[in-house]
Amino acid sequence: MNTPLIELRGLTKTYGLGDAAFQALKGIDLTIHKGEFVAIMGPSGSGKSTLMNVLGCLDTPTTGSYQYESIAVEALDADQRSLLRRYALGFVFQGFNLLARTSSLENVELPLLYRGMSRADRHEKAVAALTSVGLTTKLSRTPGELSGGQQQRVAIARAIVTEPSTLFADEPTGNLDSVTTRDIMELLTRLNEDRGITVLMVTHDDEVAATAKRRVVIKDGLVESDSTSP
Amino acid sequence: MIWNAFAIAVREIGRNLTRAFLTVLGIFIGVAAIITMVTLGQGATLAVKAQISSLGSNLLTLRPGAGFGSRGSTAGVPHFTEKDALILGEQIANIAAIAPVRTAAMSTINLSNARSSTVTGTTPVYFQINKWSLADGRFFTDADVRSGSAVCVIGNTVRVELFGTENPIGAKIRIGRASCEVIGLLATKGQAGMGDQDDTIIMPLSALQRRLIGKTSSNDINQISISARDGTDSIALIAEISSLMRQRRNLQRNQDNNFNIFDTRQIAETLGATTQLMTMLLAAVAGVSLLVGGIGIMNIMLVSVTERTHEIGIRLAIGATAREVLLQFLIEAVTLSCIGGLLGILLAFGLCYSLAQVIQVPFNFNSQINLIAFAFSALVGVVFGYTPARRAARLNPIDALRHE
Repeated sequence: MNTPLIELRGLTKTYGLGDAAFQALKGIDLTIHKGEFVAIMGPSGSGKSTLMNVLGCLDTPTTGSYQYESIAVEALDADQRSLLRRYALGFVFQGFNLLARTSSLENVELPLLYRGMSRADRHEKAVAALTSVGLTTKLSRTPGELSGGQQQRVAIARAIVTEPSTLFADEPTGNLDSVTTRDIMELLTRLNEDRGITVLMVTHDDEVAATAKRRVVIKDGLVESDSTSP
Repeated sequence: MIWNAFAIAVREIGRNLTRAFLTVLGIFIGVAAIITMVTLGQGATLAVKAQISSLGSNLLTLRPGAGFGSRGSTAGVPHFTEKDALILGEQIANIAAIAPVRTAAMSTINLSNARSSTVTGTTPVYFQINKWSLADGRFFTDADVRSGSAVCVIGNTVRVELFGTENPIGAKIRIGRASCEVIGLLATKGQAGMGDQDDTIIMPLSALQRRLIGKTSSNDINQISISARDGTDSIALIAEISSLMRQRRNLQRNQDNNFNIFDTRQIAETLGATTQLMTMLLAAVAGVSLLVGGIGIMNIMLVSVTERTHEIGIRLAIGATAREVLLQFLIEAVTLSCIGGLLGILLAFGLCYSLAQVIQVPFNFNSQINLIAFAFSALVGVVFGYTPARRAARLNPIDALRHE
């Protein structure tokens, strides 16, 4: 089999020091291959979001090894992690995390700006990304003028505009109603199937998790089960 | 990368114009205040110096009484005589010119206009000692003094009060109980620290004594104006005059002087130092206002720190490096501070220009204070705008994102 995209060995994460220390991850071993659609599940406080943040290089592990495309992530400094996020990773958050008072177009252009892309290229790519999430007519709307589902589509467009190899989605439908949830899940599935983007999604919703081919259940900071549907 | 950060910074400023406006306002007011106060303060210093030099720079005035204030009581102190003036002028080589002066407050009337004026009786050399020049007509002469002619030279304030817009030359006004012809109008000197110099009537000493006062004491004079030769040490000259006057007034060794000598140069130096002190005080006040402006900026930055920390989290999450984010914040702070500083300089220029005319002081553009104020404001803006961002950019992106 080809080399894994993500390989975790004995990964731990501890918050706080001394007596107040809390171990959120207690030694995770996990291997994810390119093109997979993985749902990470578990009850509140199980450590699933912490795992997601460490995988997405938004947070650093305490011990253990994390290899992303054979790069030892635990050895990277803050700037190098920024560059890894810039060129390989995309994020979709539960709270959308769009820049306020900023149009959809500018929000989507932002990651390209940090890549030093020219104005015309930025515009073209951002419009394409927004079109692919079905927001062609909302280019100049600011987040305050969009519904939750539309904001999440902008966030997805921002995440995929850089053509990342992995898309991290942390409770992407947590703030959305059931109809919108179905739309967003269809969108994520399409990105995974049509473009071959690896999707890692944290959710506690069984129905949402059913979209994914593989389910990893985390409990008390350890992998409880790992199953792949046919 | 710098150009990129600049583009982002400019966008970010445009996106929150209220915050940008308040930041600029703090700097703007601070800079305008400090430049205006210092520039006007220096203008006032210049104005005071100019007026003092119009009094005569090497002018000494001899008066009876031990000094100013409570010591200035002239009760029981003998006046001077014309002979005192004559002998001082003859015996002291460094005196360039000397004029006996008698002043009296008199009612003055021209037709229906009446007012009380200070009338000065003296000799023609007085005009030269006190640097008076003519706007119209002529000064009186030594011949007028010998003959006791009823002629006078008036200051501009007196002309305005008694004649309005009419030409006063050749007119007769009533001073006290005598009629007197106006032969000259003095060029205006303006307000000095010591009152309106133009509110004056000057006439031959003999005319004042004989026609207007006419008492037994009429030959007394109550002041002697002296101008020293150029380059004279005024302290030595004062000592020389003092010792001669003590001798003439029969003062014993244990008696204090019953006269005083008023040196314009010393007054000029004192007043100059005082106005300079005032300028520094104003600058300090303005400095405080700049500081308050800085604290205002700090408040705005701290209030917006939650929102901005969140923003920093988003930028880091999508792949910006801490250095790029900080560069953006630095450029934002510098841009806003510079806009505020430049607007402040413009406002200060306008304020100084118009206020200088209102309060009648000269307007001198002082590039130094403009530079200092601008540099300081830029520093304040950068420090307060940049420091909160630095902490946020050092966080893990997820901690910055969680900052609510």
